Amino acid sequence: MNNNLKKINVYAIYLGALILILPLIAFFINAFSFRWFYPQIIPKELSLQAWVRLKLIPKPGQRSIEGFLDLWTSNPAVIKALMNSLTIGILVTIVSIIIALPAARVLGLLNFRFKKLIIFIMVSPTILPPIAFVLGLNINFISLGFSGSFFGVCLVHLVPIMPYVVLTMTGIFANYNPDFEHQARTLGANKTRTFFLITLPAIAPGMVVAALFAFLVSWSQYLLTFLIGAGKVMTLPLLVFSTASSGNPALTAAISIIFIFPAILILFFTSKFVSGESGATSGFGKI
Amino acid sequence: MSDLKIINLVKNFVGMDRPAVNNVNLKINSGELVAFLGPSGCGKTTILKMITGLFAPDNGDIVLDNKSLLPIPTENRGVVMVFQNYLLFPYMNVNENVGFALKMKGIDKNVIEKKVREMLDLVKLPDIGFRKPKQLSGGQQQRVALARALIASPRLLLLDEPLSNLDAHLRDEMRDLIVTIQKKLNVTTIFVTHDQEEAVLLADKIALIFDGELQNYTSPKNYYEQPKNIKAAKFFGGVNFIKSKKINNEFISDIGKINYVGENINDLNDEINITIRPENIKLSKTNDFDHNSFKGNIKSIIFSGTHTRYKIIINNLELECSLQSLGIKNINQGDEIFVHLPKDKIWGMND
Repeated sequence: MNNNLKKINVYAIYLGALILILPLIAFFINAFSFRWFYPQIIPKELSLQAWVRLKLIPKPGQRSIEGFLDLWTSNPAVIKALMNSLTIGILVTIVSIIIALPAARVLGLLNFRFKKLIIFIMVSPTILPPIAFVLGLNINFISLGFSGSFFGVCLVHLVPIMPYVVLTMTGIFANYNPDFEHQARTLGANKTRTFFLITLPAIAPGMVVAALFAFLVSWSQYLLTFLIGAGKVMTLPLLVFSTASSGNPALTAAISIIFIFPAILILFFTSKFVSGESGATSGFGKI
Repeated sequence: MSDLKIINLVKNFVGMDRPAVNNVNLKINSGELVAFLGPSGCGKTTILKMITGLFAPDNGDIVLDNKSLLPIPTENRGVVMVFQNYLLFPYMNVNENVGFALKMKGIDKNVIEKKVREMLDLVKLPDIGFRKPKQLSGGQQQRVALARALIASPRLLLLDEPLSNLDAHLRDEMRDLIVTIQKKLNVTTIFVTHDQEEAVLLADKIALIFDGELQNYTSPKNYYEQPKNIKAAKFFGGVNFIKSKKINNEFISDIGKINYVGENINDLNDEINITIRPENIKLSKTNDFDHNSFKGNIKSIIFSGTHTRYKIIINNLELECSLQSLGIKNINQGDEIFVHLPKDKIWGMND
């Protein structure tokens, strides 16, 4: 590649990054401003009023450590939703990986009849719009008593998550050499120790990627939580939507920042596994 | 003592029209080094995997020290396998790899450390304990794998194609190392190979396996002098086969009556093949032999440096003869020649 082309490529990447970051910058300004309206380039007045209204920062005059603690322990709606989202996200991530592990192992290591059909069926939730299956599912969930429950929401989150987790983990096992396990067994390791000493370290980086997908898909789930949760299970996306429809841009921006912050944090710590240079999704192949 | 007995071993795989391992019987004495020899896909590695417990046999038994291995889980069998591609655990350093088996036994750290050093000395690789497998050459990896396998004094050591991934010059070195260590520790060892030369150089006994069936199980020398059947003879470079019929205790063939005194004479059927190594045939321009002398014509002469190979036609039968260095002087293609098959060098086979 010649030098000019290289430069253009680099600029293109910068431009792309800028396009992604610009709205975020606007977000931040909005969240800390008071009545920022159209012709103004920058807000006239900065303010924490949005954060005060979300009950995340105490009113002026009460901003001591005790003030913050008092406010947060009074369990405001945002923190409740945040905790709900986190708990659901972590739970379904763990469950989805435990379910996907044996499936991915079989799909990655073995060849058998109807394998492609099975993969197709497993991936189908990504093709089907959630609204198509969730209405039917809702009827079943109501009759089973899952509707409006925390458990029901966790269960329905697994539907869009499983395809990503199974596919990612199948990729790991496609390059995985099970002889390593057998080698450990002949050297005197029992099945449990073999799993923790040999299998787990080999698939761990790929599992991080799968977990990342699982968590983020659950984290941003609106429709399924809304319908199955029946308004009783409040998660952050639900709160973001209801706030956004109330028409206060500062408030919406503030709550959106809370919404995207954990996602960015997770991506930051796991990005080295996700990048193409890592062997995460190649099992033992690259190690 | 660790005698291994393999009894009527059978293994079938789905999608294969013949058994992968078909009724194999053999006995390996304590301290012996035995080669499983055969082309790839003949079932030799499958037998190893059944001995370690990765596969369960469909029939038969594997007995070590008069006790069946089959009900024992892999980790308690005392059978260690070294895989063809060594399979050193990539995120452990050499010390941790070699000490793995002792750690699994829950042995004290200091003892492990001392033993690991001993083993690395034994395979002539001191001072690499803190390197990762990635930083080792193929030969080094092979030696570390060997040290790792031997550290817990296994009752049985299995080596899957131990030399096939090495360069030619490393192969000789590694071969010597394997034999030296095997004799020193006196560990019963089976190794799998497709290379008959390797098997002959290393093994006390060779089990020749074709299509899942044991063809012959005997010492390397016997494969050359007294093979059990044509397949076995051919695998070891046998080229001369003379179809003969037994009539009134005499062997009659296309080239004439053959005087046979082999020790298996009473076990032979009525129709047999008689074989002789090319290097055991004697040639002469005049008929100086008192038995098994046949007149033929020279079809071709090929000089290969240390030997000269002659192809001789006797009554439509082609025999190959190999003489040291330049062979017979002043002889050309098409000349008449007397071929002598010494009666103590020929060997009859039923099939």
